[in-house]
Formats: sequence, C-alpha cells, structure tokens
Amino acid sequence: MKTFRKGGIHPDDNKRTAGVPISEPVSAQTLTLLLSQSIGAPPKVIVKAGDRVEAGSLVAEPGGYVSAALHSPVGGVVKRVVSVRDPYGYPSQAIEIAREGDQAPQAFPPLDFEKVTPAEIVDRVSACGIVGLGGATFPTRVKLLPGKEYRPEYVIINGAECEPWLTCDDRMMREHAAEVVAGARWIMKAVKVQKCIIGIEENKSEAIAAMTEAASHRTGVSVVALKKKYPQGGEKQLIDAVLGRQVPSGALPVYVGAIVDNVATAYAVYEAAEKGLPLTRRVVTVTGPELSSPGNYLVEIGTPVSALIEAAGGLPEGTGKVIAGGPMMGRAMSNIDTPTTKGMSGILVLPESESRRREPQPCIRCGRCVEVCPMGLEPYLLAAQGEMGLWEATLNAGVGDCVECGSCAYTCPAARPLLDYIRLSKRESRKL
Amino acid sequence: MQTSFIISGSPHIHTADSVDRRMWNVVIALVPSAVVSLLFFGLPALLVLAVSIGACLLTEWVIASRVMHRTCTLGNGSALITGILLAFNLPSILPWWMVVIGAVVSIGIGKMSFGGLGCNIWNPALVGRVFLLLSFPAAMTTWPEMQNGIDGVTGATILASLKTSGHVVGSGVVDWTALGIGNMNGSMGEVGALAITIGLVWLLITRTITWHIPVSMLGSAALVSWLAGANPLLEIMTGGMLLGAVFMATDYVTSPMTHRGQLIYGVLIGVVTMIIRLWGAYPEGVSFAILLGNSATPLLNKYCTPRRFGARKKKKNKEERGAKS
Amino acid sequence: MGGIGITASIVLYFVAKRFKVEEDERVLQIEEVLPGANCGACGYRGCHDFATACASADSLDGMYCPGAGAQGMQRIGEIAGLAVSEAVRKVAVVACSGGCEQRPLVRHYDGVLNCSIEAVVGEGETDCPYGCLGWGDCVEACPYDAIHIDKDSGLPVVDYSLCVGCGKCVKACPRSVIELAEVPQGTETTTYVACRNRDKGPLAMKACSVSCIGCGKCTKVCEHEAVKVDHFVASIDSTACVRCGKCEEACPRHSIHSVTTK
Repeated sequence: MKTFRKGGIHPDDNKRTAGVPISEPVSAQTLTLLLSQSIGAPPKVIVKAGDRVEAGSLVAEPGGYVSAALHSPVGGVVKRVVSVRDPYGYPSQAIEIAREGDQAPQAFPPLDFEKVTPAEIVDRVSACGIVGLGGATFPTRVKLLPGKEYRPEYVIINGAECEPWLTCDDRMMREHAAEVVAGARWIMKAVKVQKCIIGIEENKSEAIAAMTEAASHRTGVSVVALKKKYPQGGEKQLIDAVLGRQVPSGALPVYVGAIVDNVATAYAVYEAAEKGLPLTRRVVTVTGPELSSPGNYLVEIGTPVSALIEAAGGLPEGTGKVIAGGPMMGRAMSNIDTPTTKGMSGILVLPESESRRREPQPCIRCGRCVEVCPMGLEPYLLAAQGEMGLWEATLNAGVGDCVECGSCAYTCPAARPLLDYIRLSKRESRKL
Repeated sequence: MQTSFIISGSPHIHTADSVDRRMWNVVIALVPSAVVSLLFFGLPALLVLAVSIGACLLTEWVIASRVMHRTCTLGNGSALITGILLAFNLPSILPWWMVVIGAVVSIGIGKMSFGGLGCNIWNPALVGRVFLLLSFPAAMTTWPEMQNGIDGVTGATILASLKTSGHVVGSGVVDWTALGIGNMNGSMGEVGALAITIGLVWLLITRTITWHIPVSMLGSAALVSWLAGANPLLEIMTGGMLLGAVFMATDYVTSPMTHRGQLIYGVLIGVVTMIIRLWGAYPEGVSFAILLGNSATPLLNKYCTPRRFGARKKKKNKEERGAKS
Repeated sequence: MGGIGITASIVLYFVAKRFKVEEDERVLQIEEVLPGANCGACGYRGCHDFATACASADSLDGMYCPGAGAQGMQRIGEIAGLAVSEAVRKVAVVACSGGCEQRPLVRHYDGVLNCSIEAVVGEGETDCPYGCLGWGDCVEACPYDAIHIDKDSGLPVVDYSLCVGCGKCVKACPRSVIELAEVPQGTETTTYVACRNRDKGPLAMKACSVSCIGCGKCTKVCEHEAVKVDHFVASIDSTACVRCGKCEEACPRHSIHSVTTK
C-alpha cells in the first residue's frame, strides 16, 4: 500500500464521529464574518451598517491577487463592520449580519460542463469565494492558475484526513461521493488535466468504497488507498505517496505536475459550478472525549463556535482546551465566542487532564525526531539553534522546509517543545 | 466569565513514550545479565553491583541537588543504568572503594561535569571503567576463580589467554555452552551471551533501540576477525563485545542521531575493537573503541544528516548552478 | 625535544611577525571608549566595526554610540580628529502598566516561557492582546543588564542608570510594548503613555484597569499639541512634549507615566 517515504507517526485515531452523519445546518441569529478567512490579503468590505443582504450575496470582494471573496450565508441586515477577536484572541475586522427569516441562497446560473471554458470555471470558483477547506485556506482560484511555465498532469484530491479525531472529510466522501468526484472533474477541466487521483487512508474503508464506486463512472478518476500514517494529508507528503514525486524545497506542487485539493474543496467547487452556490457553509467535526453528542455539523460560516459546541451537547465541566482544527496542527482557541471560519475543519474539546503538556526533560539525543520528520530535517538541531537565537543557522539547516506537522514534538520522549522553537525560528529567520 | 482555557502551541497530543520509560526498559533488559553474574560470581558480585549503583545514585543526587540546584533527577533511571553498567564492567572481586571511585568518576566527571543527562560526550560508565583500568590495572584484570569452573581456570580471561599464548586456555577447546550461559572469567556483565541476547531482544521489541548499532558493530568485528584469521564467533562471544554492542554503544546520548550515522559509528567501534584485540597491547578493546566512537559522534551528526525531502541529487544541483553562472 | 621546541618557537616568532595584523592605533583607542557590549545600536555589527568606521570616517555625522553617550562621543571625536554633532539621549520605556493586579489572568499558557513563542500561540493569558506578556524576552536581549522583570507586577522595569537606549529590547518585544523615548539635554524626565491597547473603551476597560481608553482628556490639557489619540490609544510626541505632567494628572486611567531617567 502506498504512503510517503520518509518519517511519519501513528497517533491514536480517535475517529469517534466517523459514524455520525452530517447534521442539518447549524446557525445563529447573528453571524460574524471575519474578513481574514484565507491566506493573503483580507477582502474589501462592500456593505455598510444598515444594508440589507440576501443569502449568498457578496459582502466583501477580493482585496488582492491572493485573496478570497466573502458572501453572507443568510438574508438579513448588516449590523456593523467591527473589530472583533479572532479565535486566538487577536483583533480582526468582521462583518456582523443579523438574520431575518430563512431564505434560499441566491445562486449564480449553473455552468454547462460541456460548453464551459477553463477560465469560466476559475472565474466561478473565484466569484464563489472558494478557499482550500483542509485548513490552509489558500484561495483555490490561485491554485487553478498555475502559471504558463508549469504543465499540470494530475489533480490529486486529498481525502487522507490524517489528523486524529477529525471525520468531516470522511463523512463528506461517504455521503457525497458523486458530488466530490463531480467537483474533481470541474477542477480537472479548469486546469486541463486528464487524470485525477483521490488519495484516502485505509482506515476509511467505507469512504474508499463509496468513492471508488463514484469514480468508476468517470474516466480518468481513480481512487488510491493509502497506508495510515500522519502527516499523509500534508500536500507534499500526499503527492509523494500518490505519485512518488517529491516537491523540492520552496517549489509549488505544480512543479511536479500536481494540483492538490481537499475533498471538501472539491465539493465546494461542485456546488459553485453546478448549483451556482457561493461558499457559505462547511462541515465541521465537533468532537472530544467528553462531549455528549459529538458529530459532523454542517455550519453556516460565521456562527459562533459556542453555538456549535452547544449543538454537540455543550461545553463539558472541566474543559481545558478547545482546539480549532485537529490535535496535531490545530490551534488552541482563546475564546469560544468567536465565529467559525472557512478553514475550521474541526473543534476539538479536550478535558483539563489531556490539555497540559508534560514537563520537558533534557534531550537524550535519541534521534526519534530525526526519524519521524517527514521533511528530512533535524528537529533537535533546529530547536536547539532556535533556543539560542541562531536564526541564520536554522535557515541553513532548512527550517523553511518545516511544515509544522508536529511529528517531532509528538514523538519526543523527553517532551521537549521542539515545534515551539522551530516555529519561532521559522518566523525569525524569514525576517533575515 | 467563561472557564479559564489552556493555550499552547500545536501539537496538542503526545506519545506515551518517555525518557523514564525508555530508561526503565534498559534496566529491565539488564536484569538477565545481572542474574547470570550473581549466579556465577556470587556474593562479591552483589556487593560490587550494590556499591556501584548506590555510589552512582548518591553522586548524581549530591551534584544535581547540592551543586547544580536542580530538582531530583534520579527518577529517570539514567544514574541507575550507569551504576549497573559500571558494575558490569568490573571484576566481581574488585575492592569496594575502587568501585566507589569508579562511580564518582562515572557520574561526576563522565556525566555531570558536562551538564547532566543528555550533555555528556562519552558513555559515563565507560569513563569510570577506563579510569579504573588505567589507575588500578592489576585489580581490574584479576578475575575470581570460578566456583564451578571447567578446567580449573583462574585469573585469565579467554581473550587474555589468546593474547599471551595464542590459543584458548586449558584444553584449547572452546566450551561454547559455557560461553553462552556465562560460565567463564570476565567482568561481571560481559559473561553470558545468552542473557545479553535476551536483553537485546527486549530492547528491540520495546523499540528502545534500533538494530543499527549492534548489528553494524558485531558484523564489522566479525568480518575483521574473519579476515585476520581469528574465530569470528569466539571474538563476538568473549570479552565485552556483546555487552558493549547492546548496552554501551547504543547509549542515546553518545551515539549518532541518524541511522546512517549509527551504522558508520557501529562499524568504527567494531573495527577499532578488533584492531586493539588483534594487534594492540590490551587483550580487550571494546571500552576504548566505544569511547573513540563516542568522540566521533559529533562529527557523524554533522555529516550524516538525513536526506531532505525533495532534495535534488548533488550532480543536478551543480549543473543548475553552472547553468546559472 | 628541546631542539624541536626552540625551532618551533623561532618559526612561530617569524610567522607572528609576518602575519601580524596592522591595527590603527586610533581604532584601539576608540574601542576603549566604547562599551564593548556589541549591541549593534550604532548600526554596525559590533564595537570593533564601529571603531574602525569612526577611525576611517571623514565625518562623524550620523555615527552615534548610545552606550558611550555624549561624553564618550566627544572623546571619540577627539581621537578621530573630527567634530561630533549633538545627539539626543534615548531611553527605553515600557508602554504597558497592566501588572498582575490590574490585568487579570483569564487563561493559562502552557508552553515555553518566552514572549515571542507565546505571541504566536495567541493573545496570551490576559484579555489584552497588546500588552506585556511578561516572560522577559527584553531582559534576555539587554546587553547592559538594564531591564528586569519586577516580581510583584510581573512587568519589566528599566534601570535608567544603566539603560543607554540601544533599542535591543524594542526589537526583542513581540508586542512592541517597549519604545525609545527621547530625553533632551537639560531634562531628566520623560513622559509616555504606558499602554498600547487599541481596543474601544469597554473592551479595554474589561481587560485591564489601567488601560488607555482613548478618552482624549490628555489631548485637551496638553498646551503643546504633543498628545494624540489614534485607534483609541494616546501617544506622546517626545520632541514636542515639555514634560509639564499635566496629561499625567488628567488621565483617569493612570496610564500616562513620567519617569526620571537618572
């Protein structure tokens, strides 16, 4: 069975919510749309307080080349454009919209697959504000315009979902296999590629079955089962696993002929192209060891995280940490009254007992971090250099290649905060 | 007010593996050998073992808490391992005060003077042993008369006898069973190939160590002895070769980080051991070879770096550079 | 053996003679004046580089070592035989006064006790995403040992007898809480706004009892137009400020401070 070549770890799966179907939409009376929901420039607000908005109407347009449009998930009135706290506690501009009634979202006219040109698909993806829904939130439009010097050969749909606990992509593939494959075909057409491979880790056998069935009706689309190993869902690791090609340091995946998109992104592309719907909803796995009804919730973007946790049975007594994303790469949230964003694939609620780090011990130089680093780096060295502030040395040791997967810190028997220092080194060395 | 959350950087989960667990796994792996040495060497061996462990723990505690003002570090078991390993490298009839000196040198100079666990350059137990060997050469090479020794051998190990007379002591026939179970002369822990092998298996199945160092070290030693016309199996089964390959050379702190580095390191130790044994002045060279290997570790760490993801082959790189300029 | 020793020493003697690096006498003299902290505040890599630059410069304009101070620069000018222009003394001031009592901890940070690392994780343990994190990155950065974390308040305190205003702490602080304030000749005090909170009043008040809420009382009392309020936080232009202390008295949040920098 295929997998990426170097490193990797095997944390406990904890896919508690794999059997829970995607819920009815969760929403709230007031939605808060953070402006910065994707990598790149924040979009420009085109509404003002008091404006009426329809469900699905544009409220902020792209503010640069790497930027994504924002749409209102509901019909209602713009309350204000205001600075709020993002999930990590930093101030961020946002549009607050008060819902008024339930209305079907305004839609673009559906595209005709046979007649459409690639440029039209890219325009639609852009107009619908689609970003990478796996967590990195890179505007999909930019990915679909790889530049003339590159010739993409494969579209790879990322169904690895290697993060423990998360199951939103798994459910998406089980319940919407045909739509995901359809989305993949739109992406293939947009980048003029004949071959598409959907990579899924072996622990999701039902998803593999459903996707294989759906793909069998389409030419050029195939499903490949991957050995379970974290961080298989990392873009570079997935390409290595599926194609056996390694993206060089600093290069984009298209350098080796691959365009990678998450299954949820493929679904969003399908909805944008065939139904004309902008991206205003996503599936979020709300889970944790002590939540009473964890599940995969379809949520209108902008709904407070607290409403989602409420839907999953409320915040349990003695909660220590709430994580936006999975336990390996997600970020601990400072505040749960903040809104959900396009990039939020999961909400993981951990009890106090599982939230604290172990006391770090001296490095015993066992070399486990070197063994597990999927990028072939030496985390012990980078962390030590970072601790001493030797930014230039970290740069030479390849700190820029680090994907922050956390395998080193997860596996360190001395519980050293390796990634903390490496992350710091990455930031500081970029300034050099 | 909402409940007070904990914030920290990712990852938010951690493996169950820990330094303590690994160290205690090594201690467990050492138990069979300890049993063998107590069986064959009796009470004096127990005394050496107890004194060595006690002195190591005490030295560590005194230096860590009284001199360096750190929290107690005895719990991680590393001082205990040094104590056991030091005892294993000593003859069972060594006077107790020499054992104490060895322990103080091991922990005090070999480990704590560099900053404690993880900072030392050389294997602490070997630093202690070599210190004793150079200070008290006679005492360190006087072995007890085996209680139930075959051929009534006294005083000389097989290797020493090979060195001086060129052949195995007594009848000249190697008693492989005795070698296997440990009924022979030697340091406390180096006898008993079987017990050490059990320890090795335990270390491998608990993933405490990987195969790289023991295999490369023993393999290269066997190869050199075969090329030199000696008996490879005898060379591996006698002296500190097995003990060194399984427990001493594999010490995390003083061995290289990458598998490639570990292989080179193992080969280096194996070859140097055989050079000392076959052509050197000492009958046994494992300790020196490992200390030499330890010294080479920083260099191996520097040059045996893992292959970076997506790294292009060097040749191609040069071409590109050429094209640019 | 003796022969080898003698031969080697002779060889070494000639090698040393042959490869002796010719140093400008003045460079060494200038280096004596410099603090030797290699803080880089002058814009050069270290004291030696600065001394070399001074010795070979045509003019000392724009060359200033805050560590040596005005007197030291005069001395350097004498050595180099050049005129020295006046430079305003600068000192570091900590623009956060939210100590443990004023700014309640509402979260627990579990990680490396380093401000730069905590700043990446999130807003920190209090509800103020602008304030001091208190792990002392500035303390570690200071080459003059002039800044320390106060045990009671948990905030850094500058020792003005040692601070030369090199700005290392300013660079080290991920929250830009520390700034350099000017202390013109003839004065010994500097007045600054000890808060960086850009939140609107209610939010800032909730997070900290001594936060600047941008009420603007300070701008009204100032007769020299030295105080401005921007993004709900006041700032003082230290060149226009005459250190009258009126804004400090007027501030209802006690977030304007004056310090004697002696």
